[in-house]
Amino acid sequence: MKLITAIVKPYKLDDVRAALDRVGVRGMTVIEVRGYGRQKGHTEIYRGAEYEVSFTPKTRVEVVVADSLVDAALEAIRAAALTGKIGDGKIFVTSIESAIRIRTGETGEDAL
Amino acid sequence: MLKPLSRAGLAATAVVVMSAAPAMAADGKIDLADTAFMITATALVLLMTLPGLALFYCGMVRRKNVLATMAQSVAATAVASLLWFAVGYSLAFCGDGAVLGGLGHAFLAGIGVDSVSPFAKTIPEMLFMVYQMTFAVITCALVGGAVADRLKFSAFVLFCALWLLLVYVPSAHWVWGGGFLARLGLIDFAGGTVVHVNAGVAGLMAALIVGVRQGYGRENLAPSDLSLAVIGAGMLWVGWFGFNGGSALGVGSRAVFAIVATHLSACAGATVWSGLEWAKRGKPSVLGLISGAVAGLGAITPASGYVLPWHGALIGALAGAICYFASTALKTRIGYDDSLDVFGVHGVGGALGTLLAGVFATAAVSASAAGPGVAGLLEGNAAQLGAQAIGVVVTVVWCVVGTWIALRIVDAAVGLRVSPEQEREGLDVALHGEAMGL
Repeated sequence: MKLITAIVKPYKLDDVRAALDRVGVRGMTVIEVRGYGRQKGHTEIYRGAEYEVSFTPKTRVEVVVADSLVDAALEAIRAAALTGKIGDGKIFVTSIESAIRIRTGETGEDAL
Repeated sequence: MLKPLSRAGLAATAVVVMSAAPAMAADGKIDLADTAFMITATALVLLMTLPGLALFYCGMVRRKNVLATMAQSVAATAVASLLWFAVGYSLAFCGDGAVLGGLGHAFLAGIGVDSVSPFAKTIPEMLFMVYQMTFAVITCALVGGAVADRLKFSAFVLFCALWLLLVYVPSAHWVWGGGFLARLGLIDFAGGTVVHVNAGVAGLMAALIVGVRQGYGRENLAPSDLSLAVIGAGMLWVGWFGFNGGSALGVGSRAVFAIVATHLSACAGATVWSGLEWAKRGKPSVLGLISGAVAGLGAITPASGYVLPWHGALIGALAGAICYFASTALKTRIGYDDSLDVFGVHGVGGALGTLLAGVFATAAVSASAAGPGVAGLLEGNAAQLGAQAIGVVVTVVWCVVGTWIALRIVDAAVGLRVSPEQEREGLDVALHGEAMGL
């Protein structure tokens, strides 16, 4: 099983969700974050005070999938989140040791 | 606040009129239309503090200090109101002294259902007292904005009490209660000196003595929620119709002229501040719009019942420009941390408007059965500008002295500033044991 973590532009969340659903990924966790990579931040001005804000709002999508589904999921996310402009985001893959469905107690890929 | 314009056949613009017969103001009987209007005006001015100023201020501070900032407005209401009831009203408005009234009406003793103040002959004295109370309240509440994010709550409460007695009450007596500035001919319709210069100068004193916020000039101290500030500004703007309009102390054209001049000043102030910001920074901010509006509102306050509507627009425009520079370039250049620009907006705006009242005062606006009205420089009365200048200087000087005394006492008694750790943690949790949540 793999944990796929994708940092994407917030308005792309719905496209990513739909694309993952089409390849068979039926659950996810989403959190609103701030971050930066090559995308520059912005300047905010409040009366006399000027602040350089490095961080830009992003959305972090986490899905845990069976090994057999990883490549399809990665391709789905990338295609849905892509705009071609700086700030599209990144995807990371990490190994998951175990998983449990709380309601039934199922483990492993049955829990996904 | 001077005598209302008296006319035969007053229009009943009040909320409730219980008698069919309109009374003439000149014969001193209680006028029901005036009374109803002034009750409404009192509510409007209280709304300016609760929750107007509370929202206006809290939206501009960081999230960890939102509740503490609001607490200051609520506390100022409680402390100033109770002290005003106890001794403030009597000392400010009851007595012939050049410097102070007396304690004859302490705890409102002797003010009955038929009592009338010589300063507001057509409404119950109890109403005049409570209307004035709302002015004392908001003036105290305003000062806290200058030292936002770092003042102890205990210090604020004690400061309100001391400062009300040392600075606000004498000032109100000198300007409105028959004291020496009124005798000098100073005109201040609704509080350019008593409210705005006092609050602004006191704020500046406090900001200089308490010192800058941690991280000032380096860290991000951005406002937590400007939408709240806009809502608050809206309540201030509308409430000001009671603040300036109600300073006519009765219904009639003078109240209307004051309201129109007030509104146009707010609009012009918003336009000019925003325009300057747009030109200088490339983007017009919503904070700039509401700041310009409040600058215009503060500036027109002393002049509102004395000038023509177009004067109001002009005064607002000038305030928008001058207060913009006072709150940005001047503050940055000198380096003080007047966090919510109490001095830049209220202090500078109030002083400017008080002087301009001496320029634009138009006798026809303030003429009544009691007298021919006050003329300013443009109508050939240059002496008025002199009286205005003296009024501003005297107010500033005494405010500096009185505020310094109050701050020193508060510092000795409870300490002014929170500890660095409390400031980091946030005043909501550190001082009040409460949090806004994530």
